[in-house]
Amino acid sequence: MVVQALAFYLFATVAVLSATAVVTVRNPVHSVLLLILTFFNAAGLFVLLGAEFLAMLLVVVYVGAVAVLFLFVVMMLDINFVEMRQGFLNYLPIGVLIAVVLFVELALVGAGWTLTDEAVAVLAQPTPAGLTNVEALGQLIYTDYAYIFQAAGLVLLVAMIGAIVLTLRHRDGVRRQKISEQVKRNRADTLEVKKVPVGRGI
Amino acid sequence: MEIGLAHYLTVAAILFTLGIFGIFMNRKNVIIIMMSIELMLLAVNINLVAFSSFLGDLVGQVFTIFVLTVAAAEAAIGLAILVVYFRNRGTIAVEDINMMKG
Repeated sequence: MVVQALAFYLFATVAVLSATAVVTVRNPVHSVLLLILTFFNAAGLFVLLGAEFLAMLLVVVYVGAVAVLFLFVVMMLDINFVEMRQGFLNYLPIGVLIAVVLFVELALVGAGWTLTDEAVAVLAQPTPAGLTNVEALGQLIYTDYAYIFQAAGLVLLVAMIGAIVLTLRHRDGVRRQKISEQVKRNRADTLEVKKVPVGRGI
Repeated sequence: MEIGLAHYLTVAAILFTLGIFGIFMNRKNVIIIMMSIELMLLAVNINLVAFSSFLGDLVGQVFTIFVLTVAAAEAAIGLAILVVYFRNRGTIAVEDINMMKG
């Protein structure tokens, strides 16, 4: 139990500190790397909560895909990030004010909230005993939530096509392979047989 | 010392507040704003998983998977729009995005 508490405080502290650094550091590349650290620690919290599948999903999807995408974009765009930082201190008072107000509101909601017995009695999908987290989730996703699962796949497909359509561009003056023209070519277009008289050349 | 639901909710609340704070502080840099949105979605996910774990109801974790899906799609589309915008204008300053203003 003590080990679990220590692990929780370690993950929570590192997650909060790195999340603070994400929004305050000067260099966006460091920002992305700290975001990755935050996600790793959130995955640790998920493991502590017994959601191993989601922890792995967080590492694979966020660290492996989304954060790398951010890193690519940050490094690809040639931006003067020092200029971007101007006005940071101007926004500090309003930012701190809004953050404090929001946190107090969240704390009030969190403190004044209790769970009724009826709510506990009517769980939609009680966690089955004796199954691992992955098995239990799989039995749910592919049965009761199969259509929503398909819809999630559709969302990803549309996002993929949208991203490709947005960023694809055709530049003029670039020689590229035209497969249809290559396939259409026949011998008469390219080859001519000439009779060369002996001793005279063409 | 027992780690309860309130501990996880506190962490999630702090992360969500930091996301809001980041949006307000980095008004010029869209990339940091998008990272702040990712932080807020992460806080939401922690809330969902914490409730799911402590109530013994798996639907929270199923919903978290869909939140993750939508977050990934949002990041991909957002960054694509950002790249196109940078290609056209040479900047990613949020304040310059007023071309559609009537």
